[in-house]
Amino acid sequence: MLTSLLLTAGFALMGAGIGAGIVAIGAGLGIGRIGGQAMEGIARQPEAAGKIQTAMLIIAALIEVVSLFAVVVCLLIALNGNLTF
Amino acid sequence: MVRKILCLSALLSVFFLTFSEKAFAASGGDDDETSFIMHHIKDSHVWHFATAGDTHIALKLPVIIYSTDRGFEFYSSSDFLDPETHLFGKEHNGYYINEYDKLKSIDENRWFIDLSITKNVAMLFLVLAITLYLLLSTSKHYKSNPNKAPKGIASFVEPIVLFVRDEIALPNIGPKYKKFTPYLLTLFFFILIGNLMGLLPGAANLTGNIAVTITLAIITFFVTNFNGNKAYWKHVVATPGVPLPLLLIIVPVEIIGLFTKPFALTVRLFVAITAGHIVILSFIGLIFVFDSYAVGVASTLMVVFINLIELLVATIQAYVFTLFSAMYIGSAVAEHGHEEAHH
Repeated sequence: MLTSLLLTAGFALMGAGIGAGIVAIGAGLGIGRIGGQAMEGIARQPEAAGKIQTAMLIIAALIEVVSLFAVVVCLLIALNGNLTF
Repeated sequence: MVRKILCLSALLSVFFLTFSEKAFAASGGDDDETSFIMHHIKDSHVWHFATAGDTHIALKLPVIIYSTDRGFEFYSSSDFLDPETHLFGKEHNGYYINEYDKLKSIDENRWFIDLSITKNVAMLFLVLAITLYLLLSTSKHYKSNPNKAPKGIASFVEPIVLFVRDEIALPNIGPKYKKFTPYLLTLFFFILIGNLMGLLPGAANLTGNIAVTITLAIITFFVTNFNGNKAYWKHVVATPGVPLPLLLIIVPVEIIGLFTKPFALTVRLFVAITAGHIVILSFIGLIFVFDSYAVGVASTLMVVFINLIELLVATIQAYVFTLFSAMYIGSAVAEHGHEEAHH
């Protein structure tokens, strides 16, 4: 029973799912921080709001792409999860 | 405390035991949700637009093969389709298309080049036509109405061109920006229009194809390194002001750094666009998993929202690719005076 548990790819699928969740936490933390600092910057100097907003969007896109690297890896594991060893 | 841990582990093992065999039933097969998503992301020899009942509204694209013994061969991909099941696998003239949509020959040792017009190639031609139309009609307008305010399509393209020149090319490249602005404009418009066209329903995923993005990154790599001046190469192979033991570590890192830059460009654009398409397709696939009207309404609203975000992502990714290319070119052609400021 234990060997069949180890041999099934259920663990791989679970790993992929948990990995995708952790990636979401990472992206949320990163982009949330950027958003928070941008808000602070705009609050301190409202006339620079346009520039700060543009820079914030660009950095958010970069961070989001890093999280998408990991999502693609999790997707690859999940879609090939029915392989047995 | 011990009781809590025991209860938790009992629950966890029940979870494992119940669901551990289900992994096999989950994927594989043609009617599966993941194959629906992959079918829309991947390249294919047939451009499938829609399915109305039993009829597939699809464009069977040409298959072009070059080999040394037979020369050029032109087929339609319908020759490789099984007439009843409409699936690939039928053998024709010594070739067949396998389940990964790859053209293979029956004789394993035969060398041939697959030059087929696949879905992404046809999409590339379409994006090329739109980009050429936009930019050439703009330049024609300027040639025929010199020194006048732009009207029509030129007034749409001009702010974008000025944006690329003044915000991306000039600050990052410096005095030599005029030589590289045409390349940066081509890059920006091609990626922007490729991204935006890919969001239309029925369109092919062009910039989410890693072959396309790696080609753009390789072109940037060549433009950067063929225009690198002496200070740039000195910085890579013999970084000034560094003692010899550190140099032995720094030089391999710098040389690897030469290659990680186009790699990052490739993967960034590919992943951003493909992941966006996968999210949209997953939400639409949910409607068919649940088979309910309520989920249909909710899913459609989510998809509209995510499509708006994808419009933003399409523009930002075009801007980021061009910006990083400009920064790499700028560091390659930076003047010696810039180096003096370091030490």
